[in-house]
Amino acid sequence: MGIAALVPVWTVKNLKTVLHTQDGVVHAVNGISFELSEGELLAVVGESGSGKSVTMMSLLQLLPTPPAEIISGSVYFEGKNLLELSTADIRHFRGAKIGFIFQDPMTSLNPVFSVGFQIMEPLREHLGMSKKQARQRAVELLELVGIPSAGDRLNDFPHQFSGGMRQRVVIAIALSCDPKVLIADEPTTALDVTVQAQILELVRDLRQKLGMTIIWITHDLGVAAGIADRVMVMYGGFAVEHADVKEIFKNPRHPYTSALLETLPGHESEGAERLRSIDGQPPDLVIKPVSCPFAPRCAYAQDICRRENPKLTSIENSDADIHEIACWVDIESGSLRK
Amino acid sequence: MLNYTIRRLLFAVPTLLVISFIIFAILDLAPSDPTGNLPLTIPAEVRAQIREALGLGQPFPIRYMKWLQQFFINEPLNMMEQWWGIQIGDSANRLRVTSWATRSPVVDLIVERMPQTLWVVGMSYVLGILIALPIGVISAYKQYSIFDQIGTFISMIGFSVPTFFTGIVLIVIFSVQLGWLPSIYDTTLQVTDWPSFWKQVKQMMMPVFVLALFNAAQIARFMRSSMLDNLNQDYVRTARAKGLREQTVVLTHVLRNSLIPVVTVIALGIPQVFGGAIITEQIFRVNGLGQLLIIGIEGADIPLVQTLTFIFAVLIVLFNLVADLLYGILDPRIRYD
Repeated sequence: MGIAALVPVWTVKNLKTVLHTQDGVVHAVNGISFELSEGELLAVVGESGSGKSVTMMSLLQLLPTPPAEIISGSVYFEGKNLLELSTADIRHFRGAKIGFIFQDPMTSLNPVFSVGFQIMEPLREHLGMSKKQARQRAVELLELVGIPSAGDRLNDFPHQFSGGMRQRVVIAIALSCDPKVLIADEPTTALDVTVQAQILELVRDLRQKLGMTIIWITHDLGVAAGIADRVMVMYGGFAVEHADVKEIFKNPRHPYTSALLETLPGHESEGAERLRSIDGQPPDLVIKPVSCPFAPRCAYAQDICRRENPKLTSIENSDADIHEIACWVDIESGSLRK
Repeated sequence: MLNYTIRRLLFAVPTLLVISFIIFAILDLAPSDPTGNLPLTIPAEVRAQIREALGLGQPFPIRYMKWLQQFFINEPLNMMEQWWGIQIGDSANRLRVTSWATRSPVVDLIVERMPQTLWVVGMSYVLGILIALPIGVISAYKQYSIFDQIGTFISMIGFSVPTFFTGIVLIVIFSVQLGWLPSIYDTTLQVTDWPSFWKQVKQMMMPVFVLALFNAAQIARFMRSSMLDNLNQDYVRTARAKGLREQTVVLTHVLRNSLIPVVTVIALGIPQVFGGAIITEQIFRVNGLGQLLIIGIEGADIPLVQTLTFIFAVLIVLFNLVADLLYGILDPRIRYD
């Protein structure tokens, strides 16, 4: 695809976030690094508790501190390290240059303010629009995200919208200031399948129109396959595999990714086929990760996997532009990687 | 909303009738005697005659109906006559609800006492709210901070130490020891100039403080927990992700939602203002409605107690409706149609 050759607009290096809880320190994100090029869509895939959302919230310092604490890492965007900015400074990035879409549209809008007010807020805050201009723009935005008779609906409250329509409103808010980057945190998870398809269609469409860079968090591999350019698979707060979308689905090299793909029910299979699962439990993040987090559940695990944590490194002899895994073992041969 | 209000007001009529009957019945069952406070030298026959003259000889239903007539027909007619300076029917012979102890109309007694109660108790309520809201907001926003700890501690004291204790402690300190403030509220004081205004402020200071502490403690706790409920909501994260000022996030988005239950609680507490703070008024000798009620009860002044209690009941029913309507105005999700 050649996209990776472009200048990255977004560079995350070695991000580590912990959560201080009563049970101990939860190691939610353990050194995540990735880059984003302009116009690219990166899907971050992983099960619940794999650290996807915490990673994305950390990028904009959106996690409440305490309990969260970002202990290391850097997030470079437009030449600035977002993690070093003060609360007052990072405000000018949030909403203005980086849009955020959240998981549950039922709760992510303020119930006592009209939808129009909530869309106009960032416009007036960041772009300094007058009330009239902001109103005009809000109508355009609602039309852009496909809400019928947008002008009449500005004064409606969130509870007067259906789930899918609310998510469109949330997207309109995220897009309001023409952000360079859009971070979508499981935006279709809380929606039913038909609405989910509509929202995906909308995002594909918007991406074509606006050419945004997008980070899309999901636990749905099907969704990732449908819209992503690149996929990063997370497990236990680590990035375990990172590759171009076609490559990762065709040629998964990390035991977790490959096990995950095997659990997908096939369309062509007979009705009575049992759903497969990966044996074992997700890792307890309170324990400081010194070994491979997937080792206890891994069919290929060897001694070194239980002793040392593998780093995310490129695979040799791959056709894809990017294909990195964090694994000691080459699953094709079953022997250790060099 | 209008339909709903009218419907609720219509429903209130039977409710209030039942309440008035229950109050009347309970007072009638009470083993009290309006002649009990009279000197012991008065012979029993005279006492019987006095009771007869007060209308106690008549059967219970007649007395109840008479009170109903006096309160719901005669008093409003009298009020209209006074306001508009007109005469409706035979006003000279129209019986008003009359206090047994003072022989003056109960409504006049209430009107006399109202200003003191509204000034002292009302002021303490307003002051309590004004203190409580910011404390609640800051305590919640900075949960477990020093400010929150101190606020919680003071709230606990204000809420759990009874007003008759704080009141007396204040009197001991500021009136007895320091001699700064008067311990007795002077109702005859006319505020005409600055010195008399200052005097009024000084005599109000202690009762208002005692009651405000109590009210503020209650409302601050309420405000704090309501804010905490809302601060963790998803919409707050959305507001932050939009890049709004922290001030806007907290004071517009969170506060607006948190105020909904608090406003309801405040509205429901207003009848208490009219009810007067019975104990506090006693301690500081504020001759307000609370004190009037106590005097009425002590003297077995049934018409006075009946009327006052009933007016409190009306206020409670009314402010329940107000609270519900406010809820509908503040929360767009609630529709009454």
